[in-house]
Amino acid sequence: MTVNKIISRAIQELKCGQIVNLGIGLPTKILDHIPPNMDIFFQSENGLLGAKKIATDAPINYDLIDAGGAYIDTRNGASFFDSSVSFAMIRRGKIDVTIMGAFEVDQEGSLANWKIPGYFSPGIGGAMELAQKTPKVIILCSHNDKKGNSKILKKCKLPLTAKKCINRIITDKAVIDVTEKGLILKEIAAGLTVAELIEQTDAELIIPQNIGTF
Amino acid sequence: MINKQIAIEKAIAAIPNGATIMVGGFGDPGTPFSLIDELLKQGQRNLVIIKNDANEDAIGISKLIKNNQVDKLITSHIGLNKTVIDLMNREKLKVEFYPQGILAEKIRNAGAGCFGFLTDIGIDTEIIDKSRLIYFQGKELIIEPALYADFALIHARRADKYGNLTYGSSAMNFNPLMAMAANQVIVETYQLISSAEQSPESVHTPSAFVDSIVKIDSLTHEY
Repeated sequence: MTVNKIISRAIQELKCGQIVNLGIGLPTKILDHIPPNMDIFFQSENGLLGAKKIATDAPINYDLIDAGGAYIDTRNGASFFDSSVSFAMIRRGKIDVTIMGAFEVDQEGSLANWKIPGYFSPGIGGAMELAQKTPKVIILCSHNDKKGNSKILKKCKLPLTAKKCINRIITDKAVIDVTEKGLILKEIAAGLTVAELIEQTDAELIIPQNIGTF
Repeated sequence: MINKQIAIEKAIAAIPNGATIMVGGFGDPGTPFSLIDELLKQGQRNLVIIKNDANEDAIGISKLIKNNQVDKLITSHIGLNKTVIDLMNREKLKVEFYPQGILAEKIRNAGAGCFGFLTDIGIDTEIIDKSRLIYFQGKELIIEPALYADFALIHARRADKYGNLTYGSSAMNFNPLMAMAANQVIVETYQLISSAEQSPESVHTPSAFVDSIVKIDSLTHEY
């Protein structure tokens, strides 16, 4: 339920004509839910521009996966390339929007999503280059961890993926913009009060007059 | 007559203990599972493996790591392999992480006969070795050395006996880069085509970079 809420809210961020990269986990699920009439090229860093959800009755091409390892298909106009070309595309800023997950984010817009020392270190993957070089970086994550701790912090504690790189954060509880002034609350989940959200958020939030709900 | 086709046993027997080996593939696609299985069988040890990821648990290079043949893994992402994360956490396996495109570029750079390049990726993070920072054209940048290897194990969808390679879909990934960067390049393919069937326009890796071609008889469940 909350997963679908985050994903459907994230899809509203996307526009026809964009090139979009989806990170492993929650973001790659966007591919399953994207309306078929949206003319978007999804870039997958393993070497594909133009990823499409595979139809349930379509034959599987075992050489064709997304970055998370799921079998996919290609859309019209798709292309394949090697990993150096894939990351040339990323570092050159040719990706319009990157949507990725996070362990922690902070009010300066810094991101930590590659290492929890001694516990779970998945590794960097494409995250540093995508976070540092994509014009629009959107983070999807649960607002709080399983123990209820806020993932939106004053300052990240985990090793950083990139400093001051995030533009927008979408959680199950809020849509927040990262600005020069700080974090601005744009939308709040239906049924939650601003006071409750502030209590569940470590970072300082700027609360404007008009806040949408989602 | 040039013919680079050799038996899998002979191709892998050229690899000594302690070798540095690049292994193609991103997840399953492009991983040379048959060459890896032969390496597992022959049991060379103290290997340094360079691969984008650790494959998933119990397949591909994960088997070499579990069999204690690997001292060090140079990689980008191992998030889909809890066994390898656990071995790293218990300090049974050295793991060196690079941003994925930097790993690719280090390999490409070696393949192009160069010694390194300058980048700003990761500049604000703990992965930076401060001794490699320089000021160049008004910017603080990192010197990233090229990454060479003794061997590359490559999976091609199609090859001819001269060693011209074509990759399938997203199975291309690191394969063409590694084929250029390693001193000895061993390629496996299920489709060994005749030179009459080969189209020069569809060759991704030209034969000059390839030393040995191994014809595999089937694509096992791992592929």
